[in-house]
Amino acid sequence: MAQKTETKKAGLPAVDTELARRLLGDMMLIRRFEEKAAEAYALGKIGGFLHLSIGEEAVAAGATSVLRRDDYAISTYREHGHCLAKGADPRRVMAELFGRRDGLSKGKGGSMHLFDKSVNFLGGHAIVGAHLPLAAGVGFAINYEGADQVCVCYFGDGAVPQGEFHEAMNLSALWKLPMIWICENNRYAMGTSLERALAQTEIWKFGEVYGIPSEPVDGMDVLAVRDVVGRAVERARTDKTPTLIEARTYRFRGHSMRDPAGAVYRTKEEVEREKLRDPIALFRDKAIKAGWLSEADVRAIEKDVNDRIDDAVAFADASPEPPVEWLLTDIYKED
Amino acid sequence: MAKLNMVKALNLALLQEMERDEDVVVIGEDVGVDGGVFRVTEDLHRKFGGKRVIDSPLAESAIIGTSVGMALYGLKPVCEIQFSGFAFQCFHQIENHAARYRMRTQGRFHCQMVVRMPYGGGVRALEHHSESEEQFYAHIPGLKMVIPSGPRNARGLLVGALRDPDPVIFFEHKALYHAAKEDVPDEIEALPLGRADVVRHGRDLTIIAYGAMVRVAREAADTLASEDGAECEVIDLLTVSPLDRETIVASVQKTGRALVVHEAPKSFGPGAEIAASIVEGAFLSLEAPIRRVTAYDVPFVGFARERATVPDVGRVLAAARETLAY
Ligand SMILES: Cc1ncc(C[n+]2csc(CCOP(=O)(O)OP(=O)(O)O)c2C)c(N)n1
Ligand SMILES: [Mg+2]
Repeated sequence: MAQKTETKKAGLPAVDTELARRLLGDMMLIRRFEEKAAEAYALGKIGGFLHLSIGEEAVAAGATSVLRRDDYAISTYREHGHCLAKGADPRRVMAELFGRRDGLSKGKGGSMHLFDKSVNFLGGHAIVGAHLPLAAGVGFAINYEGADQVCVCYFGDGAVPQGEFHEAMNLSALWKLPMIWICENNRYAMGTSLERALAQTEIWKFGEVYGIPSEPVDGMDVLAVRDVVGRAVERARTDKTPTLIEARTYRFRGHSMRDPAGAVYRTKEEVEREKLRDPIALFRDKAIKAGWLSEADVRAIEKDVNDRIDDAVAFADASPEPPVEWLLTDIYKED
Repeated sequence: MAKLNMVKALNLALLQEMERDEDVVVIGEDVGVDGGVFRVTEDLHRKFGGKRVIDSPLAESAIIGTSVGMALYGLKPVCEIQFSGFAFQCFHQIENHAARYRMRTQGRFHCQMVVRMPYGGGVRALEHHSESEEQFYAHIPGLKMVIPSGPRNARGLLVGALRDPDPVIFFEHKALYHAAKEDVPDEIEALPLGRADVVRHGRDLTIIAYGAMVRVAREAADTLASEDGAECEVIDLLTVSPLDRETIVASVQKTGRALVVHEAPKSFGPGAEIAASIVEGAFLSLEAPIRRVTAYDVPFVGFARERATVPDVGRVLAAARETLAY
């Protein structure tokens, strides 16, 4: 049965300074990373596409905070945040965006194709909806091997009308897979708003028909995300129950750098109103008020984040382009 | 007569055919209110409304599947897939249904529909947004596969495709959308499918190309004329399938040498079929092995190295010189 009504808190430890520092630090790292990436894109250093998750950082940071390093995460093309939160080195992520040889995908993938085996980040996927069955396969393999890992799969509201979303929900329920399905509902799939794409706009309700626990969460509240995902992880780890979470969030920037304002299909007022729910500002204020962090702590986090990202940009700048011969490698196993 | 780029020329074709024929409907992701990723369907929603210009949810299989149903009833849908790389999400609908209904129903039902997709590389895009997959469609009996090379023939071919009673896959090269403007007549012009165009005449070597590779082939031919004194004939296929074998064979019977240029990977690509057709039709005229300049047999790599895989003038020149010297 769907469990929207479940109110039990996850058995997570109370927030302390260390956790607050991590959550704020992760969100600020993602934000700063993407701001710098946007600058680099404008300078022509990044080719292809660049989809920023600015405004949506609480989902990646909150969800990852309840995962183990060996848990799996798999994502869409808007995946910088998921990849960084999972623990990938920002220098190698930036180098990938720059198309350089030290990038996570040897500079041959680009912004939408980040993979990091060291933290079990299974990549960005540019075909909307297509990675959901892959995620279910990972869940199947975890069960098959008798492991206790879980698999988190991020996708957008745009994946919900695709058949593969429904195929994957059904499979995960039928096969009892240790999945945490996280729909980042930012209300738009490119220029198409939710109401114009879905007959049922309460996305979490799709979990109901497949009989899996499912619920919406304020995706701008990192602690709320942490709590919902924490409970889902417990269920997945202990009794292989999948969960569908609809994280209600908003992208402050356009769909991609080619749609910088994103203002054709949504009003300026709407964007400005949503920016008042900035997840970083909300959590920073909360942390200071609760005494988890001091103003000085916040400044220190900020400085550390800025330094790390400056370093990442310098690293990417200094990394050479992949050699031309690499065009022909990694197609089949080479001996 | 107006000077139009390829985007505007395609838009004109849609506009005029929709005015002429009420059964023509447009369907795809963001084709309506937004006017399409590359703006080919701009203003159509404003002119014809949501009944005829349909914004579909993100669901490629549904776009093609419902279009097949519409066509069976008698409508003439024009579907847009945002990038050809996403069309594997609906490939089964194209292959199993659109292409086969005529045969499966012995002609009692058919699918008059066009599937438009931007394709091709060299535009600093990434995987899924740069590939050339014409070979998959060209291989399917029952489908036609059309690829224009400039604004005027794009407009004429799209009209031709819309009026064709069989399903047509219509590829539009992203690099050509804004590359050049051409005079496009105001009155409707429909080009027949299945006919190639000899865009440069010559006696020494036949270069066969289509889409964005036509410009590359012509530039190489100009260089060969000025630097090597060799006169190349350049054939713009326009329709990849059904292949205009007659035009190709006639040209090679004259030149004795042939070079095929395409952006799709080499193995089992259109170049193989073209080469086989030349051997079948002009075997005794051949004076050199037929060469192919194509992408390598690798998945498309990101922008960092795309210039090394998309055929360019340098690679065509080198291959042409070897063929000429053979
Ligand atoms: C199968 C497929 N169809 C279309 C696209 C083009 N496209 C890329 S992103 C996108 C919108 C996806 O929206 P959503 O899933 O809500 O993610 P968001 O961009 O909002 O993060 C579309 C239509 C694609 N990449 N793949
Ligand atoms: Mg969305």
